[in-house]
Amino acid sequence: MKKWIFTVMLVLALSPALGCSKAPQGEAKVKSQAIQVKGSDTMVNLGQAWAEEFMARHPEASIAITGGGSGTGIAALVNGTCDIAQSSREMKQQEIVLAKVNGKDVREFKVAVDALAVIVHPSNPVKELSIDQLSDIFTGKTVNWKEVGGEDRPILALSRERNSGTHVYFLEHVVRKGNEKGPEQFAPSTLMLPSSQAIIEEVSQSQGAIGYDGMGYVTAQVKTLGVAKAAGGPFVRPTMATAMDKTYPLARPLLVYTAGDPQGLIKDLIDFILSDEGQKIVEVMDFVPLGKKA
Amino acid sequence: MRKVREWLIEKIILLNGFACILFVGLIFFFLAKDGLALFRTFSPAGFFLGTLWNPLAEPPQFGIVPLFLGSLWVTLGAALISVPLGIACAIFIGEIAPRWLREILKAGVELLAAIPSIVIGFIGITMLAPVIRNTFHLTTGLTAFTGSVALAFMAIPTIVSMMEDAITSVPRHYKEGSLALGATHWQTIYRVIVPAASSGIVASVMLGIGRVIGETMAVMMLTGNASVMPKSLLEPVRTMTATIAAEMGETVRGSEHYFSLFAVGLVLFAITFAINLVADMALHHKKK
Repeated sequence: MKKWIFTVMLVLALSPALGCSKAPQGEAKVKSQAIQVKGSDTMVNLGQAWAEEFMARHPEASIAITGGGSGTGIAALVNGTCDIAQSSREMKQQEIVLAKVNGKDVREFKVAVDALAVIVHPSNPVKELSIDQLSDIFTGKTVNWKEVGGEDRPILALSRERNSGTHVYFLEHVVRKGNEKGPEQFAPSTLMLPSSQAIIEEVSQSQGAIGYDGMGYVTAQVKTLGVAKAAGGPFVRPTMATAMDKTYPLARPLLVYTAGDPQGLIKDLIDFILSDEGQKIVEVMDFVPLGKKA
Repeated sequence: MRKVREWLIEKIILLNGFACILFVGLIFFFLAKDGLALFRTFSPAGFFLGTLWNPLAEPPQFGIVPLFLGSLWVTLGAALISVPLGIACAIFIGEIAPRWLREILKAGVELLAAIPSIVIGFIGITMLAPVIRNTFHLTTGLTAFTGSVALAFMAIPTIVSMMEDAITSVPRHYKEGSLALGATHWQTIYRVIVPAASSGIVASVMLGIGRVIGETMAVMMLTGNASVMPKSLLEPVRTMTATIAAEMGETVRGSEHYFSLFAVGLVLFAITFAINLVADMALHHKKK
């Protein structure tokens, strides 16, 4: 009996070592080429849709899409653990420097546009807010809906977590009103939720809640607000049309990054994304395509 | 031949034993290396006494106090729920339940331990949070208390199975002696068995708490993650674990923010180490 247990333990102890030495490295590449895509959670579904269509045409390609946040994707690209990084914000200067240090000369491609919708509970009578009002709400200066023309109800501000490109975009363009290095901060009382769905879920349940999400995630359970650059309007609601003609103030580019000039299948994939068919998928996935922009 | 094999096997097992210690040592070393790097540019006072966690501000603020209190509140809440429930459950399984029921209950508790934390978080966000919001008339159901309830469910299996072991390992003659002196079953349980098993009970509670304080996924989904100084259990809080998990993806490697997360990890490591030490001391106390 004891002997038997020892044998099992021995096998268990040695198995990781055996596993490592056998791991296939590169031998599968002869037949099919694996492309690792990583980054923005906003773009995961979009990337998946592109990948499925692309793989249907190129059976030799096998594309894996993972989320984790724009910063995660860029870090992975710099570390060489992914081929394409999807990002909903531009690379920071610090990250470009870090990439250079690691011998990576990154290329940026603008692949689609996303409009950020500001959302509230459907029962909320407030219909529109200016950027200044939004900034006051998210920095904690405005704490009750009656201060912006609503009911007497405390405001519950919801934000995405700090690893999200959407968070950074909202911080720079709404909370700091376009001044990227401005002094304004999200109030400590702002709830940081880990995903786009969590924001929709919480906004649809809490009457005092306000949050933001990419247009593609907005469902009928929440109400979208009109947003104006300056107090007094014009207030614009996020739609495909207003995002395309740039009248909606919270529209941001969605980007992909590669290390060096893309080659082989990676180049084919990016060409496909930028083609008419690739841009049609953008529209199907509720994002705004590039081409038609005024 | 047999001796050689015996020797070999002994050495391999010895090596495995040391490997565990080596891993802990290495983890601590790397954590300390990157965590302490924060203090080259940021004052330790600002980190340990600061009440604002604002890593994206200019200049950034890395005050750990709201995160520490967030973890503390969630953990205390979870302990308040899981310890009485766990003790009662363990006593029932160990002393009162008939044999057939005991087996069913033990299997059930073990199954509870097997539920992944993200599933508990998912159930919590869709079922528990709305109930808590409506019951206490709050603006949001994502509070420290919501996290505590979910974490209590994760701590209970640890507490119950260890505590049940402690209770059943109380020597049989203690119980028989007590009953022979005319004590009732209940008097025997709380005057004889529970005191005799007390060191095991303390250890099980400490390990349950250790499990709770290190939990990440469910807390991140349920506590709202607002880095305020918590005033009550019914407010959103941001725990240390959720902060590391949520912010690691965005930090630039080698930046101050990156080091600050390692520093938070170091604090967390110190806390769990202390908790395990207390549990271990409680267990050894029993053996004397």
